[in-house]
Amino acid sequence: MSLNIIVLAKQVPDTRNVGKDAMKADGTVNRAALPAIFNPEDLNALEQALKLKEMYPGSKVTLLTMGPARAAEIVREGLYRGADGGVVLSDRAFAGSDTLATSYAISAAVKKIGDYDIIIGGRQAIDGDTAQVGPQVAEKLGLPQVTYAEEIIKAEDGKVVVKRRIESGVETVEAPYPVVITVNGSADECRPRNAKAVMKYKHAAVPSEVAADEEKKAFVEARPYLQIGEWSAATVEADLAQCGLAGSPTKVKQIENVVFTAKEARKVEADDASLEGLIVELIANHTIG
Amino acid sequence: MANFYTDNPALKLYLTHPMMQKIVALKERDFRDADKFDYAPRNYEDAIDNYDRVLEIVGEICGEIVAPNAEDVDHNGPKVENSRVIYAEGTQKNLDATRKAGLMGMAMPRELGGLNFPITPYIMAADIVSRADAGFENLWGLQDCAETIYEFADEDQKKRYIPRVCAGETMSMDLTEPDAGSDLQSVMLKATQKEDGSWVLNGVKRFITNGDADIHLVLARSEEGSHDGRGLSMFIYDKRNGGVNVRRIENKMGIKGSPTCELTYKDAPCELVGSRRLGLIKYVMALMNGARLGIAAQSVGLSEIAYREALDYAKERKQFGKAIIEFPAVSEILSVMKAKLDASRTLLYACARYVDMYKIYDDIAKERPLTKEEKIEAKYYSRLADAFTPLAKGLTSEYCNQNAYDCIQIHGGSGFMKDYACERVYRDARITSIYEGTTQLQVVAAIRHVTTGTYLNKIREMEAEQVCPEDEGIKNTLVFMTQQYADAVQSVLGVKDAAYQDFMARRLVEMAGCIVMGYLLLEDTQRDESFRKSLHVYVNYGQAEVAKHASFIGNFRPEEITDYLEK
Repeated sequence: MSLNIIVLAKQVPDTRNVGKDAMKADGTVNRAALPAIFNPEDLNALEQALKLKEMYPGSKVTLLTMGPARAAEIVREGLYRGADGGVVLSDRAFAGSDTLATSYAISAAVKKIGDYDIIIGGRQAIDGDTAQVGPQVAEKLGLPQVTYAEEIIKAEDGKVVVKRRIESGVETVEAPYPVVITVNGSADECRPRNAKAVMKYKHAAVPSEVAADEEKKAFVEARPYLQIGEWSAATVEADLAQCGLAGSPTKVKQIENVVFTAKEARKVEADDASLEGLIVELIANHTIG
Repeated sequence: MANFYTDNPALKLYLTHPMMQKIVALKERDFRDADKFDYAPRNYEDAIDNYDRVLEIVGEICGEIVAPNAEDVDHNGPKVENSRVIYAEGTQKNLDATRKAGLMGMAMPRELGGLNFPITPYIMAADIVSRADAGFENLWGLQDCAETIYEFADEDQKKRYIPRVCAGETMSMDLTEPDAGSDLQSVMLKATQKEDGSWVLNGVKRFITNGDADIHLVLARSEEGSHDGRGLSMFIYDKRNGGVNVRRIENKMGIKGSPTCELTYKDAPCELVGSRRLGLIKYVMALMNGARLGIAAQSVGLSEIAYREALDYAKERKQFGKAIIEFPAVSEILSVMKAKLDASRTLLYACARYVDMYKIYDDIAKERPLTKEEKIEAKYYSRLADAFTPLAKGLTSEYCNQNAYDCIQIHGGSGFMKDYACERVYRDARITSIYEGTTQLQVVAAIRHVTTGTYLNKIREMEAEQVCPEDEGIKNTLVFMTQQYADAVQSVLGVKDAAYQDFMARRLVEMAGCIVMGYLLLEDTQRDESFRKSLHVYVNYGQAEVAKHASFIGNFRPEEITDYLEK
């Protein structure tokens, strides 16, 4: 038994190591100052997909990412780790998408891929931190969804069994597939890139990356395994009214820098009455309890 | 994201050394694999790009997985259960990561599942791994043994064993016994040929690194009644067949993650490698040379971590109102550490390039006869590899011990506590100047090249190279040091007494080493300015060392040697 698995992955600015110039004066993210990376929880999702591929030999892992042509790097990173192929969904019409428009475009691309059993992505991306796209894709495709997944235990007889990390512990759930699963950061780290795969796939590219270089273009064209799909809104037959800014009801009104500062310290005496007072206060403002 | 390759620009510089052009072209036989294997390079740039990318994976795994696991591995170590070794949890994770990344069998040909890397980038990976955890380098680095199978085993054995190593199975070299350490001629483990022609092993081995490996290379006595090295043969033991048990593992001072085993062989089935009687005199010698280069890489990696730990601490630690790095006494220690580190590393990679050249020619010679020019070149590099391997192993291991000592000194009282990595580095470093031949044995191997002039000839070649005007002064110093060395050699050889010459050997080898490393740093400086500081500090250091030895030899009366005999 083999599975067709689609991994949803996003190229994001690395907001974990934010320097002084991370934000522009107008309050927007200075993407040029931050390295573009594979969204961390999408890597956790990729690892789950690759584990399924090991469990069920013959399974196929396809990456799907939306972004400019340079997001092909996400597909290459997937190929380096054991994925079988990928598609970059790239069109100016997608620019400015909020989560609704993004999930619309992605679900259109998933439909275009057509043959799928499991769609798996990270819980959320570190740039927007919304955790909405995965669930929205499930809704648009009319599929069940399992969120906060930590481990996919099996996928057999039309059902997946998944461990979820929830606030009070871990629960194991079962769902029929096709299914959308979003993976939590507490899941296993993604495996390293494989040396042979890196040497093999380093030349993989979407057509627009090699269009200007005849030699590279011919090299990629002669080798199907190096070809990464590059799909436009037209390719996935998307309704332009639901794409990009036009399809995004979310409007950013204002962005501001918030600087966390420590409030004034307060000294509590080391006697029972003072400690009890503090505990009552902390329970009242929901810091503890 | 810590990456132990990309944060160390010196490595890239050695990866792109001018000699690499030739090494890569020969190793890839003018890129004949390009259309046969989808991961084979198409030209020199493509090959270097491949090495670069793979080393980046090594650097990432080391920075993100191996180094963070090191303390835990050192603390918990491996254990033995039911005669089998169970690695520390961190060790197992390290192994899983390196296997998944396909970093085993790096130097093996593609037909057998390897990456077909030259020795130089492979040794670079060893350097990086050792910085992260020197104990883990022992397990990972034992893939070297596949090289011996590749060189000396028959085609069938190569096809059966090498792909398994490339897929991640571990190896060991079972040489040492309770009564055969440095003196391997005394090996007693008995190999008996049965009536059907197959062989079995019986006896005991001791101090075997990773002794519960999947595939073992074993040195055993195949010729009954023989007592010396000529009665020993090399065998492959496959753990799948059973017959070898782990009796115990040693409780060591350092490299604690690497299990050092005592093994018992009871009718363990095995296969002969190559010809009988050549086990020690040919195969183990080749195996040891590879292993010695590996220890040099391990030493350089340890020097690197020692320097970095010391530097970080010296910047952080404040006393008398300022960071201690601002005190000349501290910063001098740090500059000398850095100079010894850089000197060690340049010697390591010079040696790796020489080994690459002669090994590749050896391999080509199996496919076609070498041309006359190629034969001359192969011989030239074979000799240099032979001369530089003991020099590199001997000196880099001594320097890494000195650097580990200084690293603790910089940490002061805190360094003596178990709270900082420096104490582990200190313990791990200690073995490097002992195993795979002590420093004293490296001197025995190197002294031949002092007396026959291999070092001096190479030094003269380097002397003939042009340097920029700014470095003329330092070159003159090196020329002067060379004269002192040449005079000292003449003076020692002038005394026709073997005991006296042995007594002085270590000094002469150290003098040669200082000059060679000085010239190599001078060459590096011509390519990259960032080496100039270490060049100056190292040559100042080397000049004093050479003068010290010259003075000792010059003032020594040969009859004084009796004062040095202990009873």
